[in-house]
Amino acid sequence: MAISLRLTVNGKPVDVQVEPHTLLVQLLREQLRLTGTHVGCDTAQCGACTVHMDGRAVKSCNMLALQADGASVTTIEGLATNGEMHPMQQAFRECHGLQCGFCTPGMVMAATSLLAQQPNADAHAIREQLDGNLCRCTGYHNIVRAVQQGQAAMQGNVATASAE
Amino acid sequence: MNAPEKHSLIGAPVKRKEDYRFLTGNGQYTDDVTLPHQSYGYFLRSPHAHARIRSIDTAQALAAPGVIAVLTGDDMAGDKVGGLPCGWLIHSIDGSPMKEPPHPALAHGKARHVGDQVALVVAESLQQARDAAELVDVDYEELPAVVSPADAAAASTLVHDDVPDNTCYTWGHGDKAATDAAFARAAHVTTLDIVNNRLIPNAIEPRAVNASYTRQDDGYTVYVSNQNPHVERLLMGAFVLGLPESRLRIIAPDVGGGFGSKIFLYPEDVALTWASKKVGRPIKWTAERSESFLTDAHGRDHVTRAELAMDADGKFLAMRVHTVANMGAYLSTFASSVPTILYATLLAGQYATPAIYAEVKAVFTNTAPVDAYRGAGRPEATYVVERLVEAAARELGTDPAALRRKNFIRSFPYATPVGLTYDTGDYEPCLARAQELADVAGFPARREAAKQQGKLRGLGYSCYIEACGLAPSNIAGALGARAGLFEVGEVRVHPTGTVTVFTGSHSHGQGHETTFAQIVAQRLGIALDAVEIVHGDTGRVPFGMGTYGSRSLAVGGSAIMKALDKIETKAKKIAAHLLEASDADIEFSDGVFRVAGTDRTKTFGEVALTAYVPHNYPLDKLEPGLNENAFYDPTNFTYPSGAYICEVEVDPDTGASQVVKFTAVDDFGNVINPMIVEGQVHGGIGQGLGQAMFEQCIYDPDSGQLLTGSYMDYAMPRAGDLPDYTVETSSGTPCTHNPLGVKGCGEAGAIGSPPAFINALVDALAPLGVRDMQMPATPHRVWQAIQAAQATKA
Repeated sequence: MAISLRLTVNGKPVDVQVEPHTLLVQLLREQLRLTGTHVGCDTAQCGACTVHMDGRAVKSCNMLALQADGASVTTIEGLATNGEMHPMQQAFRECHGLQCGFCTPGMVMAATSLLAQQPNADAHAIREQLDGNLCRCTGYHNIVRAVQQGQAAMQGNVATASAE
Repeated sequence: MNAPEKHSLIGAPVKRKEDYRFLTGNGQYTDDVTLPHQSYGYFLRSPHAHARIRSIDTAQALAAPGVIAVLTGDDMAGDKVGGLPCGWLIHSIDGSPMKEPPHPALAHGKARHVGDQVALVVAESLQQARDAAELVDVDYEELPAVVSPADAAAASTLVHDDVPDNTCYTWGHGDKAATDAAFARAAHVTTLDIVNNRLIPNAIEPRAVNASYTRQDDGYTVYVSNQNPHVERLLMGAFVLGLPESRLRIIAPDVGGGFGSKIFLYPEDVALTWASKKVGRPIKWTAERSESFLTDAHGRDHVTRAELAMDADGKFLAMRVHTVANMGAYLSTFASSVPTILYATLLAGQYATPAIYAEVKAVFTNTAPVDAYRGAGRPEATYVVERLVEAAARELGTDPAALRRKNFIRSFPYATPVGLTYDTGDYEPCLARAQELADVAGFPARREAAKQQGKLRGLGYSCYIEACGLAPSNIAGALGARAGLFEVGEVRVHPTGTVTVFTGSHSHGQGHETTFAQIVAQRLGIALDAVEIVHGDTGRVPFGMGTYGSRSLAVGGSAIMKALDKIETKAKKIAAHLLEASDADIEFSDGVFRVAGTDRTKTFGEVALTAYVPHNYPLDKLEPGLNENAFYDPTNFTYPSGAYICEVEVDPDTGASQVVKFTAVDDFGNVINPMIVEGQVHGGIGQGLGQAMFEQCIYDPDSGQLLTGSYMDYAMPRAGDLPDYTVETSSGTPCTHNPLGVKGCGEAGAIGSPPAFINALVDALAPLGVRDMQMPATPHRVWQAIQAAQATKA
């Protein structure tokens, strides 16, 4: 029994039919072919599927597509602007905050959401707040550095924006 | 190689070329691949650790909506599909070959571990396949399970009916008589009973396969999350499905971490490839994380008694090690080599111990297969050596660093009593530098300050050695390897002067697209962006052995260097012709060919174009084109080494411990990209601390059910659990036998860190009377040890 669903994904309106049991991540990956959002577990623990829904980080494997009805969803594909990476994406590259890249989209989405809520989070808070995202490659050291550098860059942007 | 120049790319922390696609969601992992007419596979798995399969009724499942096929071990046997091979033959002490029981891709007759694949359901959708699997009626006769490796040899149940005592082999290495004699005259013997805890690798990308068959060429294309596609092709084609290389293409696209667990040929890969022809459709399968826990090859799982004999001055006389190693239910691809060739050969560590003997009994149990996991044998060896040394220092009342220094190997090359020859090394500077960075001198004051806060501080060392880039092929062959251990590199210069490099190494996080490009760009004097690195596709790369054992740069990079030698030689001939000079007079540097001592030059781009537009060209002497490949077979392993120092603080009331400082100084020889190398060390330390502090695969000892089968139960280290690392890389002793002077860095962190942590923890708890600690040192275990020690004291 397909159900109609209307939402915004990466700024574009989307009208789709989903099954009642379709997960948000299945809608994104399989129907919309936005494969940057990954699935790394089946218990909502690894965070590789993290996206933003109405500005908040959510684990898209842990909610039904129907729950996103009317919402605005941003995936990793929607973070860059005109091919230019978001400061957090830049920071992950600068700080070597990724290796295999599989956890990376979720990590970046979690990090940007974390800083939106706690703009002044220190290294300890960043580590604690990334509790819901697993990385097996980096030992987290460079991820924490990347989030701090992204934080500085985002604050710089905010400062610039408010000056304008 | 030439000394690094002013603007050298060698040794520069170049940002990674691959990052843009990963950071913008444009990576392409196997599950991201969708093929036309694709179907979906789902494996029905055994709920029992050990059971006879009386019958499988597939009728209802076959009638379910969307179902295309339901396949079992009988179907496979009917098609004469072979079992999965093991790539390394070990002989027992009595000379008999190891037992190699059949390893069917779909269980046949018996299921031997929870998660053993019993049937493959193929359907139009994953949901339909999963639903239909519930309708497959398997009649099991449950059998008692063999779970504990320590008890397996004496168990009354046999995992394989034709393997007596559940023993795969009993292998010995070293001079037993000399070792026993040294123990007989020792002034002091330190003994430890050590469990190297069983781990589940947990690459964050689960294993995945998308297999398809085309009638047009009677061939198969298999996308698979794998570390060595050519090895996968060789094993599956030659040994299992009976296919020539031309009919089997393996593509390992972006791979989300491996850590050893994606080296192996897995049953699912075989079953899906075979089934894709039967159903005439591509079949996609991606492991659920629960399946990964049940079926990815696990790591470690050793039970060891280790002894160190010393003279009255604390000089090491001999080491004796007895280990039981768990193979799990079947021999995975390189399982047999891990607790033998990759383990006992490392027991000399950094020390001039004259006599060493190791005996290893490998046993089958009703658990998932166990194989190489980051470090593979070398972490287990290092853990034995470094725990022994530190325990000995404690018993002797000596400073553990001083005891190490007293026994360091001081001259190279050095032939160990366990079969390796270290070409180079210098252990003192790494230890001294680590002590300086860790502020060991200030530790007593920090310990005292912690004590004032009711906390216990400890400091632990680990001085590791690693053997990377397993080689050479002929010696490995004599030791039982059933494969070559070379690597392949092809350098294809295009008419425009850009270059594509095909490497048999595979990157699944290591950054080869950057590091290898640095080597090539530097050598040819061209822009980094002019170099493209291709890997992971048997249809494009000539051949290869893949990436494992920290071999990619030392072996794969060296193959590329050899191909570049050939490119340079030929390009000089072309340049000589263009410049009307003799070949011998042509010099090449910074992308420019020059007639020595003149200002007559041609650029690399001009020579490349001439090779493909050979109008002014010595066609009578030289073929057109500029495309060379090379096979590189190393003459020895490389031997990275390092000194790690861990400082921990324990809350004695809760048993919770925290790493307050972790210092790693490694000698990796020459370093091409220090940013990537340090990242590898970070990740290795993270995994090593995970093993030491949190991770433990637990099977129920009676039923053989996996109790740690999800991220809710298996403690993966998270960001908040781990410290910042102080990492410094020394290029103190470049490798003497490969053209880049490089060693390996991928596994060092996972090898060096577990003993450093446990040694620090024992040091912290020693004032309470705790003398030993097993991994993982969970707060519960630490608290219990404190209580037990206090009870003994009282």
